[in-house]
Amino acid sequence: MVAAPPASKLALRELTCRFGTVTAVDRATLALARGEFVSLLGPSGCGKTTTLRMIAGFLDPTEGTIELDGRVISAPARSLPPEKRGMSMIFQSYAIWPNMTVAENVGFGLEVRRLPRAEIRDKVDRILDVVRMRALRDRYPAELSGGQQQRVALARAIVVQPDVLLLDEPLSNLDANLRDEMRYEIRRLHDEFHITTVYVTHDQAEAMVTSDRIAVMNAGRIEQVDEPRALYARPRTRFVAGFIGRTNFLEADVRGDDVVFDGFAIPRARFADATALRGRVTFSLRPQSVHLHRHPPTPSDRAAVLPGRVVQRAYLGEHWDYAVRPKDGALQLRVTARPHEVFEVDESVWLELDAAQMSPIAD
Amino acid sequence: MDRSRLIWLLFVVVLLVLVVNPLARLFWVSLQDPQSGALTLANYLTAFGRWRYVEALLNSLLVGLAVGVLGIVFGVPMAWAVSRTDMPGKGLVWAAILGTFIVPNYLGAVAWILLAGPNAGWLNRVWMAATGAGAGPFNIYSMAGLVLVIAIYSYPYVFVFTRGALDLVSSEMDDAATTLGAGVVRRTLRITLPLTLPAILAAFIVAFLEAIALFGVPALIALPARFQVMTTMLWQFFEFPPKVEVAAAYSMPLLAITVALFWLQRRIIARKGYVALTGKGGERRLIRLGRWRWPMLGWCVFVTSLSFFLPMIVVLQAAFAKAWGRGFSLDNLTLRNVAFVLVDQRATQTAAWHTFVYGSAAALIALAVALAIAYVAHRRLVPLSSALTYVAMAPFVIPGIVLAIGFYAAYTRQPLVLYGTAWILILAFATRFLPIAYANSDAAIRAINPELEDAVRILGGSRALALRRVVTPLLQRGLAGAFILVFIPATRELSSAIFLYTTGTQVLSVLLFDKSDEGNFEMLSSIGLVLVVVTVALVMLGFRVVGRDFMLRRTST
Repeated sequence: MVAAPPASKLALRELTCRFGTVTAVDRATLALARGEFVSLLGPSGCGKTTTLRMIAGFLDPTEGTIELDGRVISAPARSLPPEKRGMSMIFQSYAIWPNMTVAENVGFGLEVRRLPRAEIRDKVDRILDVVRMRALRDRYPAELSGGQQQRVALARAIVVQPDVLLLDEPLSNLDANLRDEMRYEIRRLHDEFHITTVYVTHDQAEAMVTSDRIAVMNAGRIEQVDEPRALYARPRTRFVAGFIGRTNFLEADVRGDDVVFDGFAIPRARFADATALRGRVTFSLRPQSVHLHRHPPTPSDRAAVLPGRVVQRAYLGEHWDYAVRPKDGALQLRVTARPHEVFEVDESVWLELDAAQMSPIAD
Repeated sequence: MDRSRLIWLLFVVVLLVLVVNPLARLFWVSLQDPQSGALTLANYLTAFGRWRYVEALLNSLLVGLAVGVLGIVFGVPMAWAVSRTDMPGKGLVWAAILGTFIVPNYLGAVAWILLAGPNAGWLNRVWMAATGAGAGPFNIYSMAGLVLVIAIYSYPYVFVFTRGALDLVSSEMDDAATTLGAGVVRRTLRITLPLTLPAILAAFIVAFLEAIALFGVPALIALPARFQVMTTMLWQFFEFPPKVEVAAAYSMPLLAITVALFWLQRRIIARKGYVALTGKGGERRLIRLGRWRWPMLGWCVFVTSLSFFLPMIVVLQAAFAKAWGRGFSLDNLTLRNVAFVLVDQRATQTAAWHTFVYGSAAALIALAVALAIAYVAHRRLVPLSSALTYVAMAPFVIPGIVLAIGFYAAYTRQPLVLYGTAWILILAFATRFLPIAYANSDAAIRAINPELEDAVRILGGSRALALRRVVTPLLQRGLAGAFILVFIPATRELSSAIFLYTTGTQVLSVLLFDKSDEGNFEMLSSIGLVLVVVTVALVMLGFRVVGRDFMLRRTST
């Protein structure tokens, strides 16, 4: 077992959860620094919510441990109950208690902590100001819109100044515009309070807006943990490359100093981590990293240029979506181009592929 | 973990006392020699050794089948008319059917004795006056009379089931047939009816089971007509000296039929392939009946007259008449009967008080047990919680009369003697209506998102705090409705009370039944009227507290 760096606030070690024969979470290992915002991102059923519920203490792990400030809080035999963890959580359903007013909801955690009444009132009002809900403090939840309920949930979770804040797909029940707004709101609150946060979502845009780092989960495993930019630019697995944005997968064989693709080859030295390449390699190449030209461009020292033909196109307003087939070989590439880069179907074009943007992935 | 085990144990004990022990004792007693206690089949030989006894069993089956058929004849056209057509007066029909639910069926039997008793019955008198004949054609004291009376108190089930299914058949399905050239009749017969068939079959089974488990109506009608059904036979086995062991053996077929048919009914309802029952409602348009509108309403009024309007008229008349036979005149009016029931007579006063107290106590107990089990089962607090659920729902398939015999067998001897006390009635009522309480508690708990409790705990509150501050306040409304739904049948329950009461623990239903021997119909009607008024008040309260649909939930348990 590797010791987590001392700075880590929350650490999952080889965390595993099985339900009967189904392994929902499979040896998940993750460490969060104090004040860090990490997303668990993955499709439904990947185990992200199960992981979150283990962190919260609602579920016991089958194997592995969770540590908070270096103290084990979850282990197969002995787990601290949720109420003793000093965390707070925002639920998918918001879980705003319909029998209490906004102020009562927000003040509940402080009440449990036995704060004096005046102080509770003070803190509740202050946090309601922060989420712009002060005017509605005496309303009942049934009278609030979805976005307002969401703000109440945020206020209720933050006001207790938790050690760790957990969010379980908090925006999935909101409509698109509101979701957009609340993403930035959540990040703003994090920048203000610096609470160590674990955020579960299946929406990559949400994860990218809010997070310092993203842990991509698939089939119970954490496949890659990285900053949003690195995750997009250098996906390490086929799943991550396909789940975060769209991509082209290119198969190649490394032969001597060349990396040989179907129909063309690029000198090995042009690749970013050239020394690690050997044997059969799959690369991920983002549609934005391919450029189309009407005339052969002057090749830069890293790019490969090859002739091709447009087979399909779609105009999506913000950009063009082309499918282009290189002249040799059976490849077909997705290419994203700016709105003014107009090519007709069947038109002959030149493709410029940047080797530095190709990232080798493991299957 | 230890505390949850304690809770688990507590429920096991409660369910043992309420459900498991009475049933187990019933089996055991049926196989035991009453004197020596040795294992024997002699009780079964006695119970089925005489033609008279077997004939009663066959009579029950016959009554059940006839009631099922008649219930469909009454209920299905009404359900179709209310759900799918532009028939006028739907509100009136609805109200009358709700009214039918509210009239205790044994009061209906009393009313029908007044209506169709040989010679003196109102219908016969009207007939004789109209035709000048010397005798009327109607005789309620007959197999046909018994079937009619039971059927008019069973068809509301058919109505509710069928209407529920019809409400889910979208007009688009009809339209699809119309575009292919099918007319109204063909569409109804080929599309709508087959789609609702599972619901109708299920309702048939419910009506059948109601009919064979009923005690009050057969006791009032079949006994004077000198024939027996299973339930009246069981009653006779209990006449002094009570032959519990024979009664236990004799109740086994009743129990077996009920369990088997309920199982079948569940299968029918759960059957896939009837897309109409699973798909979206879709748009629905009403079928124009044209000149058939009024005949259709006529049929509905006819049926509801049999079940509600005519009985209520004669019961009201008798309750406020010096002598019911003297008819509807002002000088025949009196408040004496009602005053007698409510104020003058000790026996009726105590019985009314008992009815109220036992009903409340039973409803409270049933609700507390049901709620706790539903909570434990939903939150999976103890192992094997689904087993608890099954046991809690088990009384649903036990006819009241069989349950009563089980209670009698279990609690007339050591170690726990309840017979002779009010507790045996209260616990029997609580058990009998435990499934209603459970179904409602289950729905109420299901409606509470567990995240509401999780939110309390993650903020540092214990489970107890979550229960107190969040779950309890949210449950209140639903539970008020559930309380009423258990309380209503508990106040009018006859079939289990009749076996378990003693002189100090009479309730109104038992009193009414006892007085039927005396032929004092004015008094019987007054007692019945008191029950009806109490029920109506409760239903109104239920509407206020819970909303209009709360009576329906009872039938869908």
